[in-house]
Amino acid sequence: MKAVCWHGATDVRVDNVPDPKIINPHDAIIKITLTAICGSDLHLYDGFIPSMQSGDILGHEFMGEVVEVGSDVKRVKIGDRVVVPFTISCGNCFFCQRDLWSLCDNSNPNAAIAEKLYGHSAAGLFGYSHIFGGYAGGQAQYARVPFADVGLFKIPDGLTDEQVLFLTDIFPTGYMAAENCNIQPGDTVAVWGCGPVGIFAIKSAYMLGADRVIGIDRVPERLQLAKEFGKAEVINYEEVDAGEAVKEMTGGRGPDACIDAVGMEAHGTDAVAIYDRVKQAVRLETDRPTALRQVIVACRKGGTVSIPGVYGGLLDKIPFGAAFNKGLNFKMGQTHVHRYLSPLLEHIQNGDIDPSYIITHRMKLEDAPKAYEIFKQKKDNCIKVVLDPL
Amino acid sequence: MEEVTNQSNLQSQSASDSKGESERWASIIGGSAMVLMGLQQRSLRGALMAVAGGSLALHGAKSEKSLPATIADATGINKSIRVEKTVTINRSASDLYNFWHDLENLPTFMQHLKSVKVHDDKRSHWIATAPLGASVEWDAEIVSDQPDRLIAWASVEGADVDNSGFVRFQPAPQGRGTEVKVVLEYNPPGGALTGALAKLFGEEPEQQIGAELSRFKQLMEAGEIATTEGQPSGRS
Repeated sequence: MKAVCWHGATDVRVDNVPDPKIINPHDAIIKITLTAICGSDLHLYDGFIPSMQSGDILGHEFMGEVVEVGSDVKRVKIGDRVVVPFTISCGNCFFCQRDLWSLCDNSNPNAAIAEKLYGHSAAGLFGYSHIFGGYAGGQAQYARVPFADVGLFKIPDGLTDEQVLFLTDIFPTGYMAAENCNIQPGDTVAVWGCGPVGIFAIKSAYMLGADRVIGIDRVPERLQLAKEFGKAEVINYEEVDAGEAVKEMTGGRGPDACIDAVGMEAHGTDAVAIYDRVKQAVRLETDRPTALRQVIVACRKGGTVSIPGVYGGLLDKIPFGAAFNKGLNFKMGQTHVHRYLSPLLEHIQNGDIDPSYIITHRMKLEDAPKAYEIFKQKKDNCIKVVLDPL
Repeated sequence: MEEVTNQSNLQSQSASDSKGESERWASIIGGSAMVLMGLQQRSLRGALMAVAGGSLALHGAKSEKSLPATIADATGINKSIRVEKTVTINRSASDLYNFWHDLENLPTFMQHLKSVKVHDDKRSHWIATAPLGASVEWDAEIVSDQPDRLIAWASVEGADVDNSGFVRFQPAPQGRGTEVKVVLEYNPPGGALTGALAKLFGEEPEQQIGAELSRFKQLMEAGEIATTEGQPSGRS
């Protein structure tokens, strides 16, 4: 089959690789009908996530048709049209049973590596480095999905692939970010980063009762999408100081909740942002937390900082004193996709939201190297790329 | 404080058999402190033998250390490999005990074991892989078997590698499953096998035992061991 393989920083290629096969009794094989490139794939593309190996198959947003099932698969049937959460969960451990699916104890074969770095290992992820299990991803024509009965969600007829594909990651991720804000009537939520996750966080914040939502970015087409599709008020942080602006817009109180939908490769305009770039370039710092710093300072006292943006390692110059003295609440982590998939599917069915609205580029799997490049450079007004593997 | 108490209990018990066996075991397996820390300079084998009352087949049961062994201890030469690791598994103590009690199941999750053959209630034969396609073998005896609580074993005279250990099953609080603690001790025989053994366990035996316990947990909770072996990649 054809698959998008990582061969080093900014070097992805479409390789011919063997088809996946059933390895464990709860596996299924999916013939992929649509896949996408996620903003977090750019952290891999840029070489900032350790433990990638040349030849790793990328991709964690994919869906398709079940073509083969393992001997212990009971619920899922050949021919089912399914979406696949990017987190791999066993369904039986302490965490899965408490709805904390991305913290699954049993899906990471390389848990020992993760334990060394993080103390404990979280769930295995598709196509996201060997710390997170080294699972082959879904930017390919076929994929093996472990724990198929737990990890595959059947899609009803009448919905297109494009409408439901983002249930695999970015829609639930934006939704969980908003839910983590514990939104109360009258609340203002500010969202740093108006990429796909930020846009879904904006939409979700309104769905969960926010009074006002403010979107912050520097890319004009993203700000426009936040305004038109998200109905957010927007701030271009290259034109004004975003922290000062949100403070003014909220009567000096600061937003009740702030969402960092940027993560480890933030851009910035100040001296500290340059310091981060240098340190990250020489690997003295793994993450560039510009957005996180702003979010902590901007958030109102006693408010909530919600972090869907991905962080991988060590962060410098985090204003922890501000966080402590303002009594902030922090919520973060990989998305518990399994928790949100069915309720959000219902929202799509009810016509409350059409996630396909954010797609700007429809390309062939073969064109993945070009797709990564334009997505990375934000060329051609690129916001979201989907890839057709056929 | 707990470690010190445990140790003094063990010492006094080796001299006196007045307490019941399970009460004596409680000094090793009870409490949540690190067992090995409690043992300090004492060998695990000695402690196991002491609480189990000893047995003729298991050499060195209650005897004092030989002079060369004492010197080796004092100088740190030939240091034994000692490992202690605990994992919480979302199953009952009884389920876990029953799986483990069939020692022939162990190689399914312990990658360094080639096979375990059970001869009878007490005796079993173990084969472990060693570098360069070699293997090491030993007969082991069950020193204590307490249903749903504990299984302790030790190699008998003539083992390639003198070793002993126990696994303890203890209910975790409020329906959080069962805490499974494994304590192992390997005494390298010296010479070439010492090097082989060190390689077998790598530089971090605790990480390896941790990985094996993690596979045991996967098997018992998820019904399979997570792997990516055999999946496609663009590595030619």
